[in-house]
Amino acid sequence: MKRKTAFIHSNDYLNYNFNDDHPFNQKRIAMTIDLLRMMNLLEDSDLVAPRMAEDEELALIHDRQYIEVVKEAGHAEQTPALAASFGIGTEDCPAFVNMHEATALAVGGTLRAAELVMAGEYQHAVNLAGGLHHGFRGRASGFCIYNDCSVAIAYLRQKYDARVLYIDTDAHHGDGVQWAFYDDPNVLTLSFHETGKYLFPGTGNITERGDGQGYGFSVNVPLDAFTEDDSWLEAYYAVLPTVARGFKPDIIVTQNGCDAHTFDPLTHLSTTMRIYQEVPRLARDLADELCDGRLIATGGGGYDIWRVVPRAWSLLWAELSGQDVPQDTRIPQTWIDKYQAESPVQLAPTMFDPEGIFPDIPRRPEITTKNKNTVEKALLYCPKG
Amino acid sequence: MLVEDIMKRDVITVAPTDSIRLALLKVHQYRIRHIPVVEDGKLVGIISDRDVRDACPSIISAPHDDDDQIMNTAVSTIMRKDVITAHPLDFVEEAALALYDNRIGSLPVVTDRDELMGILTETDILYTLVELMGVHYPSSHIEVEVDDQIGILADVSNIFKEASCSVTSVLVFPGKHLGKKNLVFRVQTINPRHVTDKIEEAGYHVVWPRKLEELS
Ligand SMILES: [Zn+2]
Repeated sequence: MKRKTAFIHSNDYLNYNFNDDHPFNQKRIAMTIDLLRMMNLLEDSDLVAPRMAEDEELALIHDRQYIEVVKEAGHAEQTPALAASFGIGTEDCPAFVNMHEATALAVGGTLRAAELVMAGEYQHAVNLAGGLHHGFRGRASGFCIYNDCSVAIAYLRQKYDARVLYIDTDAHHGDGVQWAFYDDPNVLTLSFHETGKYLFPGTGNITERGDGQGYGFSVNVPLDAFTEDDSWLEAYYAVLPTVARGFKPDIIVTQNGCDAHTFDPLTHLSTTMRIYQEVPRLARDLADELCDGRLIATGGGGYDIWRVVPRAWSLLWAELSGQDVPQDTRIPQTWIDKYQAESPVQLAPTMFDPEGIFPDIPRRPEITTKNKNTVEKALLYCPKG
Repeated sequence: MLVEDIMKRDVITVAPTDSIRLALLKVHQYRIRHIPVVEDGKLVGIISDRDVRDACPSIISAPHDDDDQIMNTAVSTIMRKDVITAHPLDFVEEAALALYDNRIGSLPVVTDRDELMGILTETDILYTLVELMGVHYPSSHIEVEVDDQIGILADVSNIFKEASCSVTSVLVFPGKHLGKKNLVFRVQTINPRHVTDKIEEAGYHVVWPRKLEELS
């Protein structure tokens, strides 16, 4: 049976574009849509247009002055001098034309998702342009200008008084969302990421557990560099169901960065396509069990746009729309033909990564043991069910 | 950075004539390990939670007639008078060294006339260190092994400048190998590759971020 799931999209999502050499490239969304269509997993009737986020809505999380600076930077000939102190005009977040409009649309997509799901029109909604989890109250960071996840969660709190479980499986710590709700016991942020010892942003330690009333409602699972599928999934299955059942959310918001894949050039985790089927599957099952299926999925990081992102996000959509993708599924030749010429690397011929194509991980038992310890400590003070 | 920049200014104190009972109450209430003893605004001694507990009647043994008497004794009878202190204008690293060398947990901060201005604990120092290392700020960690020669830090730093990569903090420490030093940069970018590539092109060895092949 097909589930009622919205795919929120606009071609204007591609305007979130820093420059042609920038690693954050929304062409990956167009490639995902192409792949889904060629595999007959996405129909026109699944598509829903996003809306713009209002300034009032952005201001639920962001400083007014910051919003003004973003607007100005997107319309000025030169990046305003003031912008640098707001994280704009840096190598990571250079100013670009209409940057406010492009980002407000991505945020509006996640808000639209929240509205559709809360109104019961759809059970799940997917907004791949969202997942900008590094955005801070008054500062752009890590390729993120506004933080759509934070804004949507604040909106869910304000408009629906919903208890929100936020699950972040990007390889980087979901710092922006964590700090935005650090003292709020009605928002539980749970992040699985590569340890911040070396990797940006450096936070996401197990000991970051929340503050005041919100103590225990920030949960961090920092995994060792070069963690592979088995250990990654062991941590995911050990922590997520326990925390979700203990917290009893009204809605689940997920961030689906797919930069934990071994091909990703920015991080050092060693997972394969396998986790990108299991991640949304468990989230969906828990949403069914705990909150009438209410689930919003956003995109996030993912910097191998050729071999990783289209496959990972296609699996995300397939899982949430109740369509099975068998293990031996091949990538349609039409899709490969369309993109191979542009791609600097050989495109993958199959949906999943066959076993044995990646080198063995040295010190694998050591990493596995360390991750087990991390899981144990991560669960110490959070709600458990 | 000076001691006065990071010390705590609202210090919990006792008077020499206060009872041990009061000192014990304050230790518990404020969850502190050290209480300066102050008379007319001047530091005259210090007591630690250990001193207080050692002086207190045992909770295991049966009550004695003199228990109450001990709890009512003045703090001055058990306080340490030879207090190791810091000056508000000392450098933080001097204060850290004093804590480390004397194996103590805190330093009362006093003026030349023994007036108590604040207190500095190991936790304050550790927190400052975290800030100095830039770990509290969204950043990536890049570690480079270089020859222990004059000018290399400047040369490597220049690569960051050319890559317009903003550096939050720099740490220099002796390397694992003889004649080498390790430089740790925390940089404000999610994408350190463009700068690490340039560092390697210039012939330096990047220790972190590490590649899978270098793990074994
Ligand atoms: Zn990421």
